[in-house]
Amino acid sequence: MADTSSKTILKRILKQLKGYKILLAATILFALITVAGTLAVPVFFGQVIDLLDIEKFPQIDFKQIFDKFIIIGAIIGVTCVAQWLMGVVNNRITFHIVKDIREEAFANIQRLPLKFIDAHSYGDIVGRNIADVDQFADGLLMGFTQLFTGVLTILGTLVIMFVLNWIIALIVFVLTPLSLFVAKFIASRTYSMFKKTSEIRGEQTAFIDEMVGNLKVVQAFGREDENLEKFDEVNERLTKASLKSIFFSSLTNPCTRFVNAIVYAAVALAGALILIIPSWSAVLPVAFSVGTLTSLLSYANQYTKPFNEISGVITELQNAIACAGRIYEIIDETPQTPDSPTAETLENVSGDINFENVYFSYTADKKLIENLNISAKAGQRIAIVGPTGCGKTTLINLLMRFYDPTDGKISVDGKNVLSVTRKSLRKNYGMVLQDTWLKSGTVRENIAMGKPEATEDEIIAAAKAAHSHKFIMQLPNGYDTVLAEDGGNLSQGQKQLLCITRIMLCLPPMLILDEATSSIDTRTEQRIQRAFTKLMNGRTSFIVAHRLSTIKEADLILVMNNGNIIEQGTHSELLEKGGFYAKLYNSQFAA
Amino acid sequence: MRKLLKYLKNFKVQAVLAPLFKLLEACFELFVPMVVAAIVDNGIKGGVGTGYVVYACLILVALGVVGLISAVSAQYFAAKAAVGFSKELRHDLFKKMQSLSYSDIDGLGTGKMITRMTSDVNQVQNGVNMVLRLFMRSPFIVFGAMIMAFVINVTAGGVFAASIAVLCAVVFGIMLVSIPLYKKVQGNLDKVTVSTRETLTGARVIRAFCKEEDEITQYNAKNAELTKSQLFVGRISALMNPLTYAIVNATIILLLYFGAVKINAGNGELTQGQVLALYNYMSQILVELIKLANLIITVTKSFACAGRINEILEMQPSLKHTADENAVLTDSAEPFIKYENVCVNYGNATVDALENITFSVERGETVGIIGGTGAGKTTLVNLLPHFYDARSGAVYIGGKNVNTYNDEELRGICGIVPQRAVLFEGTIRENMQWGKNDASDEEISSAIATAQAADVIKSKEKGLDEIVEQGGKNFSGGQRQRLTIARALVRKPKILILDDSASALDYATDAALRQSLKKLDYSPTVFIISQRTSSIKHADKIIVLDGGKMVGFGTHDELLKTNEIYSEIHYSQFRKEGAQDG
Repeated sequence: MADTSSKTILKRILKQLKGYKILLAATILFALITVAGTLAVPVFFGQVIDLLDIEKFPQIDFKQIFDKFIIIGAIIGVTCVAQWLMGVVNNRITFHIVKDIREEAFANIQRLPLKFIDAHSYGDIVGRNIADVDQFADGLLMGFTQLFTGVLTILGTLVIMFVLNWIIALIVFVLTPLSLFVAKFIASRTYSMFKKTSEIRGEQTAFIDEMVGNLKVVQAFGREDENLEKFDEVNERLTKASLKSIFFSSLTNPCTRFVNAIVYAAVALAGALILIIPSWSAVLPVAFSVGTLTSLLSYANQYTKPFNEISGVITELQNAIACAGRIYEIIDETPQTPDSPTAETLENVSGDINFENVYFSYTADKKLIENLNISAKAGQRIAIVGPTGCGKTTLINLLMRFYDPTDGKISVDGKNVLSVTRKSLRKNYGMVLQDTWLKSGTVRENIAMGKPEATEDEIIAAAKAAHSHKFIMQLPNGYDTVLAEDGGNLSQGQKQLLCITRIMLCLPPMLILDEATSSIDTRTEQRIQRAFTKLMNGRTSFIVAHRLSTIKEADLILVMNNGNIIEQGTHSELLEKGGFYAKLYNSQFAA
Repeated sequence: MRKLLKYLKNFKVQAVLAPLFKLLEACFELFVPMVVAAIVDNGIKGGVGTGYVVYACLILVALGVVGLISAVSAQYFAAKAAVGFSKELRHDLFKKMQSLSYSDIDGLGTGKMITRMTSDVNQVQNGVNMVLRLFMRSPFIVFGAMIMAFVINVTAGGVFAASIAVLCAVVFGIMLVSIPLYKKVQGNLDKVTVSTRETLTGARVIRAFCKEEDEITQYNAKNAELTKSQLFVGRISALMNPLTYAIVNATIILLLYFGAVKINAGNGELTQGQVLALYNYMSQILVELIKLANLIITVTKSFACAGRINEILEMQPSLKHTADENAVLTDSAEPFIKYENVCVNYGNATVDALENITFSVERGETVGIIGGTGAGKTTLVNLLPHFYDARSGAVYIGGKNVNTYNDEELRGICGIVPQRAVLFEGTIRENMQWGKNDASDEEISSAIATAQAADVIKSKEKGLDEIVEQGGKNFSGGQRQRLTIARALVRKPKILILDDSASALDYATDAALRQSLKKLDYSPTVFIISQRTSSIKHADKIIVLDGGKMVGFGTHDELLKTNEIYSEIHYSQFRKEGAQDG
């Protein structure tokens, strides 16, 4: 697990930013120009307004006004361009970082041990790679655009105000934090209300989830009225709680606006008095005028805005850091141990598989497989038998090296599987699982998965051999039919036939097959069965078996229960033994 | 959206008061630049004195106070109306959903229904709240400022009007261009999501075929596409701020120039203070316009949600009933249950789910139903409690068509055990009482015993008071299945329907269950759907379904001899010699 304290995450984020030094410098430069321009414009407008004083200037000096206009126009032009460039650069930095992060995360998912993937729900990992990254991007973007310019604006405004009129600047400086206090006060009070609201909303969602999700059962038992009653009770509570939280949180804006109105009035009052009473204006180093007052009023208005924004940005940033932490957990998770540099490529496999004193468990504190010995000769059929949840996947995990044994040795043709490359080992296995997996893409792409260079003839031959050609031809576009995620609207049996076709095309020397249970209709099941038989001919095959005939014809039966192999032998040997297998056989098959 | 407005009916007063108070607040805000203009023109220039200035500033504060009071009232009324609105909407929606028929539920899908109830309603509530709060305010400030400008000077007002038009064009133009682009970004993001999910669900297969590198290449291409679309739309929406900034400031330049000319004319048509007021009004407009644009996005979203919710609210219950639906089950009529030329079609499927089913069953008999997936087994039994309508033909119970019964009545005599064993959050007792509201512990225990679940209760510390977690997660599949059977038995149903409900039970338990069902004193008529011939071979009658057609009807022995499909299914599970063993 990666370290999750926010300081280390920040460091990690900075490391990610390293490649963007030039762009970062550019955004800082543009932000400076934007803020400077935005702050300068009101000063010049103030000066223009001063020139409109008919008492001082009976004849208005248009030349001077036009000169000011040219300056203002230039400033506005530069500011606009800088502002746009800042936006573009910020977008570029953010979305490129997001792209990098997603790529790194995805690439690492391919290299992570299956243990990690099995231990996390798919929704969780997908959520991290999509929603969390998005949230992180939002935070980053807001941080760049608002935090930085916000701080600069506050500082710049303060400086200009003090230069123009330190008395008024002081008033603004002292009074504005009031609006911050008000906002913070309201936020802290409403937090618990929001929490309560979301708790009740969660309760209601769970109820809806349960009752609407199982509406058919609800109707079958005529529980509609009882449910509506309970729903109304939760609904009532939700209504009360959300009224409170919505109302109190919506007070923030009016309250801060009110504080701003007070500041505004104070600035107007002070400014007017200074202008009226000569002795007051005497203490100012710079001449004070109506125009300056105008500028100050607009600064007073502007000054509070970034404060509100910054507090919003800070919450957003905290959120973003938390999200980044979750993503980096995936990116920085240790990948599976790579193949050793001396690993051989497994070739021309005949298919002798041996387990010697193998120990394995998923977690150290829960023992699972202990001292397991299996010897499968090339071309043999090995049936795996046991109740559902008995742990057949564990065996597949070990055969395919999805997991490695904690002790002991598994060998193929006498070679320890740890000393050959994973790639070459897996290439020599053909695997058809009951929970079929198809990629979104065409039927042809799915079949050619293990042999992308296969010709059309080879693909059709494989499909014919696997009894899938007929139904593929009935699909709207035959082999070019695009399947949606997870096989779309193919039936379970059809999906399994496609998975078999996939193997039929490569014909690896060793097989792992999963027989269908009841969810497949009899006709399709027979087709699958015939395809399996064809495949197994001359290949070492491990079959998770449900059919009596398969079990009886197997060269070796492995009986599994609670994750472990408890008995092994042929059908007659095991029956004679009178153990678990015999009991299972008598209850399941002898009616 | 208009159709949902009736949910505001009980909150008419609040719905009117909220925008009204908002309007009031905006009015007070609009006075501020006027007061400042007066301070400059009269107080500073006119020399009316400090008293006047202080007085004017007190007015500013008073405007602020009155504005605050109006705003708080407005927020309260808006929140009250929005929350009340969504409460009643949710109530009606939940009620409506519960009244939908099975075919409606199938058509909608439960995932969709849950989204409608939760996030869609929230979105609409949010929309109502925002509309009440801002929809009056923002346009009012924008146009109010314009009117104030007209009051000060007609030409200045004209400049305002032109500037507002240009600002609107820019703001909404950029929105119009970028919204479809954002949709494209969302589409690209969806592709990246699918890729990520696929690589997880298919981790084993991908590794088995050594496709890791290919996966990465494909993913990176999709990711790059996403980034490209994000950057493109980002570049366009980044134009919004600089452009509006430029327009506002250009307008100010124009106003100042115009003011200078007027003041220079020296006829007192315009004063320095008034120019200042115009300047201030212009600055107010921009903020509100951006708010308005964001509001429109929120409102568009909630309109879409409202439309989706309305679709459900307006659905007509699709189950057909005869006018009176007051048929009473009489005990005498024979045969007890009769299917006559029944055809069923889901929606507009080209093929009927059931075709011309005809058979009859006597009271107390056990009927087995077998067939492949999609053969129509569940459809067949779902007609009994009138969950679906027959397209043609009819189902009779006690000699009367099922659609002449009151649905509640009819379902009350059926005990149904669905395929998926679902328990609900609560205690075991509460779950059992779904079958009969006032069931006593004795009734519950005897039903549990019949369902072979006595050991489940015994294994739990608190017995019947044991808490069932949501979805029954703290029980195994087999335990859940037996408890759902018990739940159906609690009401002593006249018709018991077991829809593949013994799949997780081992042979011995399955057999014991069948034995104890036989012994029930109220001898229900039992329908058993199963994939295993062993579960139904002792039934009085067996129905063999294939692709919606009834291809066999008879006892196990008869069917084994005469029915090809039945014997095929049977021997695929029991090799001929295996069957002889038994």
